[in-house]
Amino acid sequence: MNNDIILLGYGSGGTLSHRLLDELIIPTLSGVAEREQNDSAILAHGGGRLAFTTDGYVVDPIFFSGGNIGDLAINGTVNDLAMVGAKPLAVAVAFILEEGLALAEFRKILEAMRAAADLAGVRIVTGDTKVVPRGKGDKIFITTSGIGVFAHALEISGGGAQVGDKILINGPVGDHGLAVLAGREGLELETDIRSDSAPLNHLVGALLDEFGDAVHVLRDPTRGGVATTLKEIARQSQVGIRLDETALPINPAVAGACALLGLDPLYVANEGKLLALVAPEAADALLEQMRRHPQGQGAALIGEVTAGPPGQVQLHTSIGGRRAIEMLAGEQLPRIC
Amino acid sequence: MAMERRSIRIEGIVQGVGFRPFVYQLARRCGLTGWVRNDSRGVLIEAQGEKESLARFLDGLRDEHPPLAAISRFEVSALPPIAENGFSILASDATQEKTAQIAPDTHVCADCLRELFDPADRRYLYPFINCTNCGPRYTIVTAIPYDRPNTTMVDFPLCPDCLEEYRDPTSRRFHAQPNACPVCGPRLALVDRDGQAIAGDPLAEAVARLKRGGILAVKGLGGYHLAADADNGAAVAELRRRKARDEKPFALMIRDLAAARELAEFDETERRLLAGPERPIVLLRARPDHGLSPLIAPRNRYLGLMLPYTPLHHLLLRDFPALVMTSANLSDEPIAFEDGEARSRLGGIADAFLVHNRAIHTRADDSIARVMAGRPLMLRRSRGYVPRAVFLPVAQASVLAVGAELKNTVCLTQGDRAYLSQHIGDLKNLEVHESFVRTIKHLKKLFEVDPQIVAHDLHPDYDSSRYAETLPGVRRIAVQHHHAHLASCMAEQGLTGEVLGLIFDGIGYGADGHIWGGEFLAGGYGGYRRLGHFHYVPMPGGDAATREPARMALSYLHQAFGAELPPLPVVKAIPAGERTILLKMIERGINAPLTSSCGRLFDAVAALVGLRDKVSYEGQAALELEMAIEPDEGEYPFDLEDGEGGLIFDPAPLVRALVGEILAGVAVGRVSARFHNSLALMMAAVARRLREATGLNRVVLSGGVFQNLYLVERGTRLLQAEGFEVFTHSLVPPNDGGLALGQAVVAGFRVGEGS
Ligand SMILES: [Fe+3]
Ligand SMILES: [Mg+2]
Ligand SMILES: [Zn+2]
Ligand SMILES: [Zn+2]
Repeated sequence: MNNDIILLGYGSGGTLSHRLLDELIIPTLSGVAEREQNDSAILAHGGGRLAFTTDGYVVDPIFFSGGNIGDLAINGTVNDLAMVGAKPLAVAVAFILEEGLALAEFRKILEAMRAAADLAGVRIVTGDTKVVPRGKGDKIFITTSGIGVFAHALEISGGGAQVGDKILINGPVGDHGLAVLAGREGLELETDIRSDSAPLNHLVGALLDEFGDAVHVLRDPTRGGVATTLKEIARQSQVGIRLDETALPINPAVAGACALLGLDPLYVANEGKLLALVAPEAADALLEQMRRHPQGQGAALIGEVTAGPPGQVQLHTSIGGRRAIEMLAGEQLPRIC
Repeated sequence: MAMERRSIRIEGIVQGVGFRPFVYQLARRCGLTGWVRNDSRGVLIEAQGEKESLARFLDGLRDEHPPLAAISRFEVSALPPIAENGFSILASDATQEKTAQIAPDTHVCADCLRELFDPADRRYLYPFINCTNCGPRYTIVTAIPYDRPNTTMVDFPLCPDCLEEYRDPTSRRFHAQPNACPVCGPRLALVDRDGQAIAGDPLAEAVARLKRGGILAVKGLGGYHLAADADNGAAVAELRRRKARDEKPFALMIRDLAAARELAEFDETERRLLAGPERPIVLLRARPDHGLSPLIAPRNRYLGLMLPYTPLHHLLLRDFPALVMTSANLSDEPIAFEDGEARSRLGGIADAFLVHNRAIHTRADDSIARVMAGRPLMLRRSRGYVPRAVFLPVAQASVLAVGAELKNTVCLTQGDRAYLSQHIGDLKNLEVHESFVRTIKHLKKLFEVDPQIVAHDLHPDYDSSRYAETLPGVRRIAVQHHHAHLASCMAEQGLTGEVLGLIFDGIGYGADGHIWGGEFLAGGYGGYRRLGHFHYVPMPGGDAATREPARMALSYLHQAFGAELPPLPVVKAIPAGERTILLKMIERGINAPLTSSCGRLFDAVAALVGLRDKVSYEGQAALELEMAIEPDEGEYPFDLEDGEGGLIFDPAPLVRALVGEILAGVAVGRVSARFHNSLALMMAAVARRLREATGLNRVVLSGGVFQNLYLVERGTRLLQAEGFEVFTHSLVPPNDGGLALGQAVVAGFRVGEGS
């Protein structure tokens, strides 16, 4: 980190974000250099385990097609708990409101949070509200924290991938990131693209009840998209990953918009998607089960874990080539001469 | 007469090129005693005789050495005479440091060719004939010293006849490591897509299939070619169809210079380049009446021609005046070089495979060159040239430079020598990346260097930059892309000190986080100052704007006209909904990084004049714009003003004038000429202003745009008319294929300065 100020790229979820965490935040806060790169922390408590997580939401615009900052804040935290296999129990919420935010908008956000919590079956139990002067914030920032419990003894983490595992995704990629971008910039796309923001805990619960330890890794490909998330898993598990471009589900409208905007859908954020790395013998049945669930109708098998170079993610392209998938430093930058 | 004795140490390319037999014979002719032997630094000689004879011997060593030898160091010292009889060749000594250089792969020599076609010779029609003066080198070497066990010829034990030649100091094949004959050497085979041998004589059957319009994969020196009969329009069309995504011009291998004259025009410099031992593909002006299929080089006024360079090529070309011989690869993949890999990757394109059982250790694509301003200019420096050293103006610490992202090459330095690798390609492709890693390892081994300084580009997402990040315990030095281009040209031209640099390029990551590529620099190896640049414009969609020049056209139109776009075909071709979004991206900077790229201005103009709104390979739009030029002396206005970023070239007036002419129906060729003329004029105007500011009078032209013959020649003329000394590339490509050399010298200089 040669620059002595925070750059926007430090929040991109790419290599700059990782460096901020590994070189400054974690060593300073906990003195531990190696971090548990999972969506939630797992705490031992009274002979059992608790999952604990927190997330900040600063999305612009606060209302977009398919959702708003409120349901996003609930779903995000619920999903972070679900991705370690926990059952979400309760959520805490903190609001930072900018002077001037319309009460009607705030109410709409609160209602969306309540509805999302109901859908996920989780209670919002405590919170805090602060107001900052006009210009010192951007309408509304929300932080949610969540606590979850375990109904089983499974160890699900980004480090659990095994060679041969199949990689499943519960539906098409890129919808959320594009819906937000289109909303923010007022882009009139041919087809309305809606955020996929959704709670995944019921889907995860169903999969774990039925398949238990066949599920090795669960991860939601949010910021940085499927590419960044798979790269993290490959590194954490010290395995290779093969991803098949043609198998990756993507809505035609999203594919078209990505092509027009010059964005690689593999790096676009999702808010209702999970990647499941599962034992190969259970993969077909798991996929079937996923597809029967409302949050998994577009599920697909998109790749597998290989003995390839540890940490390497290979994309097998539609024209038969192999490309290395890397984490980006920050934004997608031109590289073709 | 008094006897004297000398020790003579010779370094350079002196092994495996017939040097010791030459020394032996020369010594005997001069009546000297003593010995010669190879060691790991080169050749060491002790010679004794009369003073006169020794002098003749030394002159002969320097002036009459074998054609493939290249002497980089020559040291003579006196020794006391000893009692001795005769002159002998001693066994190699490999205990010292290993700096002896490996020669590049070289065209089959005249003596071998004569034997190849002599029915009385034991190698009559043998496709793998070679000697110390010719044949495979770099592509078959696995380790040093250069001895047969350290080549892929290790699999072929010499037969008694070959062994005798190998041991005979008077033979042209004395210690010829790849020496082979039909009894003991590699063999040809013709196989189908499953690797099953096809019945009959492989060569005759291959020729018959080509004659029938078939497409063959042919294993050569550094990889596979796809071959088709150039005179067979249907075969050419079929090859185009099977390589569907690829619109790159096909190279042609022609039987001889006479056959070449039927297809293209060339002068003496071009003839020498074409017929030289390196055998590059030379871009030559196509004769209008060449009569070949237009699908060979669509929208191109040039043909890429090369002469046969292996004995196998000579045998094949007996039956054809010209064969299409295009690199056997799919779009961005590297050229195929392993047999199983070639069959699996090319199975959908080739009908059959003409192969042999001599393994290729290192992949090497054909080199590509053209003649510019009366001397050769390398566009791709690869087979035939690599690993010949580029000599640096100043010796430096050993550096590994990892190059750019596309057209990648790497560079290792050792003292005052820089070894620029063969063309590696687009690193995003994993096969290419693997070949990149292998090449670095191989070069380190061949030259026995393990540089602790690694130079890389500033771009955070280049695969090569990432690779540099993973190397443990080395000192990493990031070099700005266009500074590296500047240094690359300076290094090959032997310049030191400070110069002005006009770096006109595709794109490179800039120190300010924007995407540079039309840069006015001053500086040298130690550093640079950005004194100005092309006006920034948005690249809507990032890389998509490079793949689709229509986007850059829109960006430049928006800059020149605002929201009211002129009714050009390129504008109307974009559906209204998309156009609105693209304009919004441009206006609001949505995934639209700012660029000062000159290459993107070329793309925009190519799209504006209606030549091309999408490209299928890098540089296609700019190339076609150059090809379209019709003679014209006109120019367009442009602004050159001092702004915040220094001297800013603003092409908006140029774009407005050019659009006016297109709408008025002026021919594309004249518009293109006037566009080029304007840029040449701008180059001179910029250089004048920079000279006023800096007092510097030497101008270096580098960057991918300077592959453009018209712009280089016209720009150079205008600059020279203003009294500038102009330096352009020759040995090393001006495009990103030459970048690693620049990175290496910049890093070497910085370390030398102790900064
Ligand atoms: Fe470049
Ligand atoms: Mg999170
Ligand atoms: Zn020869
Ligand atoms: Zn033999």
